[in-house]
Amino acid sequence: MADYSDAPKTTPRKSASFDDYTISEIRRAAATGIYDIRGGGAKRRVPCFDDLVFLGASMSRYPLEGYRERCGTDVVLGTRFAKKPIELDIPITIAGMSFGSLSAQAKEALGRGASAMGTSTTTGDGGMTPEERGHSTKLVYQYLPSRYGMNPDDLRKADAIEVVVGQGAKPGGGGMLLGQKIGPRVAKMRTLPEGIDQRSACRHPDWTGPDDLEIKIGELREITSHEKPIYIKVGAARPYYDTALSVKAGADVVVVDGMQGGTAATQEVFIEHVGIPTLCAVREAVRALKDMDMHRKVQLVVSGGIRSGADVAKALAMGADAVAIGSAALIALGDNDPALEDEYRKLGTTAGAYDDWHEGRDPAGITTQDPELAKRLDPVAAGRRLSNYLAVMTMELQTLARANGKSHVRNLEPEDMAALTVEAAAMAGVPLAGTSWIPGMTG
Amino acid sequence: MVQLANSEFDLAATPLRDVNAALQAAESGAFTVVNPGGAHALACGLMHPVEVTVKGHCGYYAAGMNKEAAVTIEGNAGTGVAENMMSGTVRVTGDASQSAGATGHGGLLVIEGNTSARCGISMKGIDIVVGGNVGHMSAFMAQAGRLVVLGDAGADLGDSIYEARLYVRGSVASLGADCVEKEMRPEHLTELGELLERAGFDADPASFKRYGSARKLYHFNIDHMGSY
Repeated sequence: MADYSDAPKTTPRKSASFDDYTISEIRRAAATGIYDIRGGGAKRRVPCFDDLVFLGASMSRYPLEGYRERCGTDVVLGTRFAKKPIELDIPITIAGMSFGSLSAQAKEALGRGASAMGTSTTTGDGGMTPEERGHSTKLVYQYLPSRYGMNPDDLRKADAIEVVVGQGAKPGGGGMLLGQKIGPRVAKMRTLPEGIDQRSACRHPDWTGPDDLEIKIGELREITSHEKPIYIKVGAARPYYDTALSVKAGADVVVVDGMQGGTAATQEVFIEHVGIPTLCAVREAVRALKDMDMHRKVQLVVSGGIRSGADVAKALAMGADAVAIGSAALIALGDNDPALEDEYRKLGTTAGAYDDWHEGRDPAGITTQDPELAKRLDPVAAGRRLSNYLAVMTMELQTLARANGKSHVRNLEPEDMAALTVEAAAMAGVPLAGTSWIPGMTG
Repeated sequence: MVQLANSEFDLAATPLRDVNAALQAAESGAFTVVNPGGAHALACGLMHPVEVTVKGHCGYYAAGMNKEAAVTIEGNAGTGVAENMMSGTVRVTGDASQSAGATGHGGLLVIEGNTSARCGISMKGIDIVVGGNVGHMSAFMAQAGRLVVLGDAGADLGDSIYEARLYVRGSVASLGADCVEKEMRPEHLTELGELLERAGFDADPASFKRYGSARKLYHFNIDHMGSY
């Protein structure tokens, strides 16, 4: 019998299906009996704004001079019904994030940074804090299924009201806030026992569909003297119909949040496997508005994985009126800072990957209710970092708009772009670069 | 605005916005609304200790988010009557539809007749007294406050309940996840007696049973998977 003991061995090969992460998750689940919960949005690669490029000006387009010719960035939200629409200097807003999921310092910093740039910030599940109201010149008040901390006085103090139907990270799911973050102040605001694992309802308690919601919005308008713009926020699931039904229900503004949008705490399986990417959601939402002759009459805000002025420009070019940022804003405040690497290592992770926001042990003092950790975040300095970041995004946005010959960022249009992949061309409805082909539409 | 008398509004002749604006602006006094015609959001967002009597049936969200006012609906009320009430009193002499008193933070809601599903859903401190029956999923995720039912309760009473206390005199079709019958101690008899008296019902507190949270779902535990 031949001896093959010295024969060459094949290189150890790991399974594409059972990769290191998958194996670690199976082992974790087997050990704990609990599904994995984390913060943030979808981490998998999905078609996104990176798959689009602007064409710029050339023979057939005339560019604007960067430093001499004005390129406007202002936007007004809520022009359909509200007596007092929100006027923003830039089309980049701060998305809803709760006090509870974030420290009071982080909420204050978000308000400071947004206000410095003339834009709005948004409350979250858990109500409005005085610090947040005090440091936010324009504050959107979220009206959520849980109604934690909801009261008519705060409703009237708000500059706009956002009825939250869903969230991109978990369309069809409610929020979570685990016991580590239900400290005395959060518990009191939410009328909950301290230290419990809180799960928010996924459906509103007193309306069950768009017909009911239309009546609910009527009530909200009656209570606020018809002054406030009413937004409806939906997770990107069926954006054409969700947008159309939001318009039917009486929204002044529709907010569509794609699957890259973050959450404070949700099951990993929900984040990665429910909902659709932001890129394709924008196009469908715009199509619905155009079909109803409501484009630009009902404003569209897009969120979910917006990181740069390029992302903003592409969203606007596809037909959005503004964007909202959440995860990127937290990074600007100091989340996942490599300077804290030693502390991330102690938590079993690394800077750039830290997503156990629900555990409340954030060394950056942002996603925590631990007073000692929260003290690490200087809201003034963090607010300045956020306003710097917003300023950079705005300048990037203007740079791209000027390059495409636009004197206002709202004038960007799909014809200014091309897609780098067939998938992005199909999803965004712009031609594949170098062709005039839009899958499903031409050729 | 058609104002029939110093304190009377005719909703058949006056826009809802005008009636609500007048009621919201009043800091005291007694007002009557006639011909409500099932209007939605009537007498919502009141902020002061005024008395409002509605002569007839209301639609959705009547007396919603009430604060300090005393509102009486002489008729039936639609979905979400006194939703998110902060304080004051709302009384419905007839029946109420679903989600009565939803998410209420305080005050007293009295339904003299029956209510439909989800009465007291996510209640956060409100007291609700129902003279008749309540529908299924009442007191779902009820956080604080008290729900008193003189009649019967539908299926899944108190599902996923937190710290609200439920008192039912009649039958309970079924209890929801983590809701259990609890001992009726002297302090419960006392508070129930006071609530019944405030609501205007003559009933023996000892004839009620008390229900509340078993507190087994307060922390995730795989052994409770069947309840999630």
